[in-house]
Amino acid sequence: MRLRPLFALIRKESLQILRDPSSLLIAVVLPLILLFLFGYGVSFDLRDSPVCVVVEQSSQPAESLAASFQASPFFKAHREATTAHCKDQLVSGSINGMVVIPADFAARLNGGDPAPVQILVDGSDPNTAGLMQNYLSGTVLVWQTIIADMQGLSSQGRIAVTSRVWYNPAKQSRLFLLPGLVAVIMTLIGTMLTSLVVSREWERGTMEAMMATPLSVPQLLLGKLIPYYLLGMAAMAATTVIAIWLFGVPLRGSIWALAVVTSIFLLTTLGQGLLISTLAKNQFVATQAALFSAFLPAFLLSGLVYEIASMPPPIQWFTRIVSARYYVPSLQTLFLADDEPGVLIPHCLSMLAIAAVMFAIVIRKTPRRLDD
Amino acid sequence: MIMEPLIRIDGVSKRFDGQPIPAIDGLSTCFSAGRINGLVGPDGAGKTTLIRLMAGLLAPSSGSIRIAGLDPVTQAGELRRIVAYMPQRFGLYEDLTVLENLTLYADIREVVGIERKRRFEQLLSFTDLARFTDRLAGKLSGGMKQKLGLACALVSVPKLLLLDEPSVGVDPISRRELWRMASELVDDGIAVVWSTAYLDEAERCETVLLLNEGKSLHDGPPQELTAELAGRSLLVGGLGHQRRAVLDHALAQPSIIDGIVQGDSLRLVLAPNCKAPTASELQAPPHATIIATEPRFEDAFVARLGSRHHLTSPYASRPQLASSDDVTVRAEGLTKRFGSFTAAKDISFAIKGGEIFGLLGPNGAGKSTSFKMLCGLLKPSAGKASVGGFDLGRAASQARAHIGYMAQKFSLYADLSVRQNLDFFGGIYGLGKRTKDVSERMIEAFALAPYLDHNAGALPLGFKQRLALACATLHDPAVLFLDEPTSGVDPLTRREFWGHINAMVGRGVTVVVTTHFMDEAEYCDRIGLIYRGRMITEGSPDALKAGAANPEHPSPTLEDAFIALVEREDQREAAS
Repeated sequence: MRLRPLFALIRKESLQILRDPSSLLIAVVLPLILLFLFGYGVSFDLRDSPVCVVVEQSSQPAESLAASFQASPFFKAHREATTAHCKDQLVSGSINGMVVIPADFAARLNGGDPAPVQILVDGSDPNTAGLMQNYLSGTVLVWQTIIADMQGLSSQGRIAVTSRVWYNPAKQSRLFLLPGLVAVIMTLIGTMLTSLVVSREWERGTMEAMMATPLSVPQLLLGKLIPYYLLGMAAMAATTVIAIWLFGVPLRGSIWALAVVTSIFLLTTLGQGLLISTLAKNQFVATQAALFSAFLPAFLLSGLVYEIASMPPPIQWFTRIVSARYYVPSLQTLFLADDEPGVLIPHCLSMLAIAAVMFAIVIRKTPRRLDD
Repeated sequence: MIMEPLIRIDGVSKRFDGQPIPAIDGLSTCFSAGRINGLVGPDGAGKTTLIRLMAGLLAPSSGSIRIAGLDPVTQAGELRRIVAYMPQRFGLYEDLTVLENLTLYADIREVVGIERKRRFEQLLSFTDLARFTDRLAGKLSGGMKQKLGLACALVSVPKLLLLDEPSVGVDPISRRELWRMASELVDDGIAVVWSTAYLDEAERCETVLLLNEGKSLHDGPPQELTAELAGRSLLVGGLGHQRRAVLDHALAQPSIIDGIVQGDSLRLVLAPNCKAPTASELQAPPHATIIATEPRFEDAFVARLGSRHHLTSPYASRPQLASSDDVTVRAEGLTKRFGSFTAAKDISFAIKGGEIFGLLGPNGAGKSTSFKMLCGLLKPSAGKASVGGFDLGRAASQARAHIGYMAQKFSLYADLSVRQNLDFFGGIYGLGKRTKDVSERMIEAFALAPYLDHNAGALPLGFKQRLALACATLHDPAVLFLDEPTSGVDPLTRREFWGHINAMVGRGVTVVVTTHFMDEAEYCDRIGLIYRGRMITEGSPDALKAGAANPEHPSPTLEDAFIALVEREDQREAAS
């Protein structure tokens, strides 16, 4: 292939990216907004969740249990003497849950009744409700164990479970959200921006002019692929740097593995972008198609926000053709664990298969003439 | 000199899916090197399809095309090295500068080193773009974009240059320069195929292919076609303000197949074997002169294609407006500054009811700016504009109730059907129950009935323009603003259009129009010529022509006058 025309196309595309505000918006501004939104705003962690602790009758163990709720970093607990007021607060949503320590708590405890404590949670948001339930009862269990130890009651006959959380000991959701977000940003550049710029060339009639020159189809395709591949890699590098330096996400795997895996994923998104633009020759349709076929799946069906294993089987099956579904866990492994070939290689092979199918269709469908 | 034709087209047809009739229908013709081969025809005749077939951008459904012996489909790679093609929209990258666009095309065509340097110098001086190499292509005027498009197509010297309507929306000066450039290329032995809606351009071609519905109606020198009309073209002079009424009577006669206004005169074409009418038959004043004149290619074009059946315009039956003869549109010292740039400076005029006022000027001279201030779309930096006695600065909405506006670009709702567009505009103009009645008459007059359920965006160009005019005039405005109303439309549709406009003017409507078509400008009562933001002259078309006459050109055309007046202004500027 002749290289001079190809370099000319790459240079043209780069100048256009730099001069066109909409390219910069999609390639720079939108990723930054997502990064800061997910870095600072969105969190699946429980922190300072408002709860109410009802101590119906003060006693030494009741006070001790109430204090352990108030000291917990997960809750912002306030005390009440009766349940009446708290129920209203639960209904109005100003608290997420309540713990009722009954009047005869001390007596029951001494009588060997295991934990006569009532826990009520707001179930309107099942995710938060589940978390609240676990954290609230967990707090009671921990308190019980400590009391038992202090009283010298042997833990004989009880199994002592020491749990440790690997890779993300503080269980900060940002540490797995931010690496996964790279997948969304790559999709924006690879699919959304690419399909947008190609369809714009159709709309403005420049594609017709290009087709009338001696340029070959591979030259035309590479002239689009290479600049947006480079732009995608630059965005990945910038996102990684911001994630590491600003948000304290570790990078435990190697940069090389990250670059290779990202390159393979970019191929799938670029292939999809080119495919959309060969079918939709106007910018509005191309944007809509990119949004629904790439951006939203990368968010919703990749395991980034919702666990794939808990999706209905048909949707689980469908995620297999969403390339972000392989990239997101690869990223989480690379950032939080290590270059784990057992995880990365199967994911990469799946993405390569998707990319191969995309490009096979693109090469077949790319028009050589206006009536193709 | 007999030349071996460079392009041979043999029994070519091209059908598109879903179209009942083929775009090109069994066409056989040749185009030769060393000449400008004109390609003309009404909208939808197949001109663009034929050019795209030759560029290898479409494959013929049947038949064969050979360009210098190459098949455009199977030998596309080789073909594209010898064919240069300028599409209708020029194919320029608007975010790149003039030089970057040229460099891109040079790299694609692998014109490098000393050869590139020499070619760039040639092309930049040829197109007079050397001063603008750092300007973004998107910021160039229409004429300059077109020259750059041509330069990009010519970075390597082709054997064949295909130009698809290169002169649409471009002022007469740029059009002449483009013609000069094409003629120089032809002298170097290149074949040029030039598709155009301007029939004066077609007349200057050595050979013309006249297409209609994909078939050839004439293939040969334009003079052959014009000669058929010998003795059938008439010039009716001395009509003054009655010319529009006389035209109406003339077109009602079966012996007259075509008629247009030319300044204070009328140009009429007789049906074959008919005698010239007398002044009284035309209901013209007795002192009117009727003389035979040299036929033009346009006369022959209309005669060959058959002018459309003359319908009485629905506008004629509307009641006469009371206020004619009063000033309806007034501009007083209109000035518009954008930052440090003055787009329009101290523009003043007054237009009476029932008058057609034309704003003419080169691309980028400020006529669109002035036009937009007049119809209240742009706020003047100084001066004021009033319509129907209402100041656009203070009582804009009252003024707008009297205005009909037809934008240069298609500005109806493309995704609504013809009927829905009419209903919508009836609604916003507050016609209420009358909407149905009024739109029925519009549908009949503009022959929109077959298209009622089609989306407006999918209409053929001529019908889009008709629908736009219908929507702009539903509320019977007293003043009508038309911004390049017939740009890109064929001469037949343009005639029909002006038939309606004349009918409206006949009952006292004021019309303000901008145009690059000089035959359209001939319909105006008065013309304001705007150049470099100022109105350099104002007068009737005949007065402008007389003002530009000199011993060398005793009877210049309006286009000659336009160019002479602009050049005179340049000289005056240079002297001071």
